[in-house]
Amino acid sequence: MRIQLNIFIAFFRSGMLGFGGGPAVIPLVYKEVVDTYKWMNDQEFSDVLALGNALPGPIITKMAGYIGYRVAGLWGMVTALIATVIPSFILMLILLTSFNQFKDNGKIQGMTNAVIPIVGVMLAVLTWQFMKNAKDGLGWKIGALILIVSFILMEVLNMHPGIVIGLLLAVALLTPRKKKGSKLKDEESAVL
Amino acid sequence: MIYIQLFLAFFIPGIVGYGGGPASIPLVENEVVNRYGWMTTSEFSEVLALGNALPGPITTKMAGYIGFEVGGILGAAVAIFATVGPSLLLMIVLLRMIYRFKDSPKVKMLSKIILPAIAILMGKLAYDFFQTSYLSNGLWETFFIVIISLLLLEKWKVHPAFVIAGGLAFGAIFLS
Repeated sequence: MRIQLNIFIAFFRSGMLGFGGGPAVIPLVYKEVVDTYKWMNDQEFSDVLALGNALPGPIITKMAGYIGYRVAGLWGMVTALIATVIPSFILMLILLTSFNQFKDNGKIQGMTNAVIPIVGVMLAVLTWQFMKNAKDGLGWKIGALILIVSFILMEVLNMHPGIVIGLLLAVALLTPRKKKGSKLKDEESAVL
Repeated sequence: MIYIQLFLAFFIPGIVGYGGGPASIPLVENEVVNRYGWMTTSEFSEVLALGNALPGPITTKMAGYIGFEVGGILGAAVAIFATVGPSLLLMIVLLRMIYRFKDSPKVKMLSKIILPAIAILMGKLAYDFFQTSYLSNGLWETFFIVIISLLLLEKWKVHPAFVIAGGLAFGAIFLS
């Protein structure tokens, strides 16, 4: 019961604080799952994020559902989904059905606008974190090489992230073990 | 019957829309406005505008509200399930398969090699948020909020909840 409550709190908090849609919720979920409750480490979180990006559909509900499932089985999944989806939906329902004037309210717009750059900062910090992890896991040369290649593929050539992630996974599977395996620090690597 | 239509209207954009919730919004609009005629374009954009102003994921808010309008509480449940369920199921099945081989060095390599790509994706998102802020708040306001929140979050380790609450108050007073 305690764990269900924690799952609810973690995803309720991140859902209600994330202004700017699903992506805005990601750094908040990271904060709860990795920092506050320590249900996952960096590496596991980025695995979930990677697969979430590679599969269709909304990302944050895929992440919430999976993390809830990992932590506390089927009910954990249901709790995490309810906490992510229902509160903001009810807020929307109330505002749209009873206070129609709210949507033109400048104050609400101003409040949302002020939070957007804060979310930007949290996303930038998370970016930095992932780059550091990449350096620790791959060494800075290979890390930088993959970073540059993925930037070119995704941002210059507009290739879909799912395809880029798929290509990287294929490279990892097809590269002979010895070359990279010897360089890795094993205690750091944990996959789901 | 209406529930099957609701399911299809949200299932198809959910399963076809790569790139997260926001990417599937035009597809949802196509189903809701063009195919089933549940809303006009301007009604849809009003719902979208409010959805953008409120916290939390957008697609599920929209699915829930449109489902509610069309088929009551059960309609809302069907639309949310159709949005969330299928892709989540796929995710759980795939991750369980990976988890089974978690001790294999190849699988360990998998989760390292994707890190730079994830960093790029996050960086792009951060850039998008800064740009949105620049367009709606202006350069100096964005710069000010960025510096203050960076200090609060990273230097003084203030919990994001308080920083966001501060941002909301700041926005209500200075940006409206």
